[in-house]
Amino acid sequence: MTDISPPKGRGALAKREARLAWGLLFPTIAIVALVVIVPLLAIFWISVKPVKLGDLRPAEMRLRISLREGDQPQVEYRVINPSREHEIHGAGFDTTLPPGVTLTGDLPKGCALNGQDLRCDFGDLAPGLNTRYRIDAQIAGDDRAIKRAVRDSGVVVRGQVDNMLTNTTFTLENFRKLFSGTEFWSVLGVTLFYTIFGTLGALLVGLFAALLLNKDFRGQGILRGLYLFPYVAPVIAVAFTWITLFDPFSGSANALLVQMGVSQGAINFFGQKPLALIMVTVFEIWRYFPLSFLFILARMQSIDTDMYEAADMDGASPFQKFWYLSMPQLLGILSVLFLLRFIWTFNKFDDIFLLTGGNAGTRTLTVDVYEQAFAVSNIGAGAAVAVVVFGCLLIFAALFFRTMSREEGL
Amino acid sequence: MKMLYKGYLTGPIIGALWALVMAVTLGVAISFATGEAARPALWGALILGVVTGLVRVWRANRWLSLGVAVVVALGVMAMGLGALQFGAGFAPGSRVALSIVLAGMVAIPLNTILRDLPFGTTTRHEFEAAVIRFLTGFGYLFFTAIVIIPFYVMVMTSMKSQQQLMLNPLDFSIDLSKGWHLFDSYYELMTKFHFGRYLWTSFYVSVLTVALTLLFSVPGAYAVARLRFSGRKVFSRGILLIYMVPMIVLALPIYIAYSMVGLRNSVFGIVMIYPVTTIPVALYMLQGYFRGLPVEVEEAGLMDGLSRLKVIWKITLPLALPALASVGLYVFMIAWNEFLLAFMLLDDPSKFTLTRGIASLNSSEIPRQHLMAGAVIATVPIMALFLGLERFMTRGLTAGAVKG
Repeated sequence: MTDISPPKGRGALAKREARLAWGLLFPTIAIVALVVIVPLLAIFWISVKPVKLGDLRPAEMRLRISLREGDQPQVEYRVINPSREHEIHGAGFDTTLPPGVTLTGDLPKGCALNGQDLRCDFGDLAPGLNTRYRIDAQIAGDDRAIKRAVRDSGVVVRGQVDNMLTNTTFTLENFRKLFSGTEFWSVLGVTLFYTIFGTLGALLVGLFAALLLNKDFRGQGILRGLYLFPYVAPVIAVAFTWITLFDPFSGSANALLVQMGVSQGAINFFGQKPLALIMVTVFEIWRYFPLSFLFILARMQSIDTDMYEAADMDGASPFQKFWYLSMPQLLGILSVLFLLRFIWTFNKFDDIFLLTGGNAGTRTLTVDVYEQAFAVSNIGAGAAVAVVVFGCLLIFAALFFRTMSREEGL
Repeated sequence: MKMLYKGYLTGPIIGALWALVMAVTLGVAISFATGEAARPALWGALILGVVTGLVRVWRANRWLSLGVAVVVALGVMAMGLGALQFGAGFAPGSRVALSIVLAGMVAIPLNTILRDLPFGTTTRHEFEAAVIRFLTGFGYLFFTAIVIIPFYVMVMTSMKSQQQLMLNPLDFSIDLSKGWHLFDSYYELMTKFHFGRYLWTSFYVSVLTVALTLLFSVPGAYAVARLRFSGRKVFSRGILLIYMVPMIVLALPIYIAYSMVGLRNSVFGIVMIYPVTTIPVALYMLQGYFRGLPVEVEEAGLMDGLSRLKVIWKITLPLALPALASVGLYVFMIAWNEFLLAFMLLDDPSKFTLTRGIASLNSSEIPRQHLMAGAVIATVPIMALFLGLERFMTRGLTAGAVKG
């Protein structure tokens, strides 16, 4: 008796297909892993290390050689550790004295003279060390030429600094500082205000625009193209235009408000505390309403018109039709758009950076990453903020995927 | 709401709101066009709107309401209560003319907005239709203004001199008599600030980005869309997740790595990094499109003895050409507009992309019009491309989910 049942497991064909799939995906996975996954891991690594911007270029011992003239000529060796924080291990140098110079004085500890070759080993140099070693010398020949020859004599410097990125010093200092200050919570508050109102605003304005254009008339295509301008133009161009428009001294907006008697003097739109935050949020709405408008319009145009005809027969009023027929149909796209835009607004950096540079109470988390890392030159602290941003992102993404699978796509 | 279902209430209220909108619009338009003060006044606008609205619903005669509007507008102006308060620069003749224009702008659209609205009790339909017509008119004006004004300011500022800008910021006119000297800023950018070179750099960086992105994302997207393998769902979610990682989080380690390897300040480094930021988007867009293609055609190809790769090359790609165009355009736009990475990774003026070049113009030593001319130079090519290929672009944007 043979058992008649469908084959279990994967057949040869299925296996071949899977192999092909992975083969096709491999280049993408490799390159994305290299440029996304590795940096993400790096961010976690850096966030627990006390790394400053200066540590990216490891310190090297510096040596200046000069000839001091006088009754007793001396050759001066000035040894400098330019780093204020790190020791240089195994520091030393090799140099050759130019002809015409003979060292006669006592050599410093660790130095040895072999003919014209001088070799010195200092061991570890303390941070910020700056010592001069002067050795009596005899010179013969033209003063100026010898002076130049001494200054330019060939030097090989030895010594290395622990690389702050790869050593095993770990610290939670970055995170402790981040969470202990009141600054972080105000930054978080600003981020939430910007994100929530920016997203909701862009969604509502986009919905309004979509309702306007959801009918056929001449010029509809032109208007649709026009309303997309703010999104398509480079952010740097529109951001600087807004700054020009709202400039407190030569901006047209201020001049207009003064003319109309709305305000007495010039308003510093991007420099005053609550106003700057409102302005960057308005900018965000202005720049991204086209996107929500486009999606909502696309969804609206795919709604079956039969439903509206039936509603007309039943005597539904325009607002009723919108509220009871269109809205339920649009709810899916609206929720997906809300979550995606929420995430993207949360991640937004360029806009605020260009408009205010994070000043006047507009510093969001992403701007804070930049500020900590580059303005304060504390890469570790910047990375810590980046880790927080990434953590928030994971939460939002989990929320998003739950909604997404309920709505099944856009 | 029910209280408002009376023509004699709805008419004046909508009329008043419309008159306010029109007074502000005309006031702003006059101020910008002439640089003189024309201030919309609340009470004047309200009187004009209420009366016109009331007349319109009372006697449904379009000429009557227009006539009344003109009379009221001139009357309140004579009393000094006009909906537009003119500055000293306006002659009496132009004041009268502008008041008549305002009356027309209030009455003619109101005739349409309040069409079919009875004087007495209205039905819900009539009421809502009137409100919707009002909102529609307002909406078109509002959106057109908020989009046009900033772009106009960009172009206009780039054609003025610093003195003109400081003298009267309200003046939006372009002095055409200057002829070619209007474009002095552009000329200077091209000659002294190397914007020609930046344009070229931006262009080829963007084109290379598009090519590399498509090269990597087409096979990947096909695999995710068509082939069955375990981990497919995880993978397609992974793409979306990567697509949500903030650029600044990645930019920091990339900056560090580039500093150490010495790839900063090289166009090669930029070309390496840009495609990676766009591959997830392109993959996501393309796999959506591939799913929409009929499987049967591909299966027929397989039956006839083509290998999978041949199927992709000979059947899927030709069918997906429009999608490739959309995705390519979208990626081009992202690469062209990219600012953050260029800003962080490029310091050497000879290697700047256009956006980085504009950022370098933002200093107090360089006049404002140069900055705006730079903005125009960056905006015009992408706009031209967008308007020329609007159909592809729109589809690219909607397919690409919601990239910031």
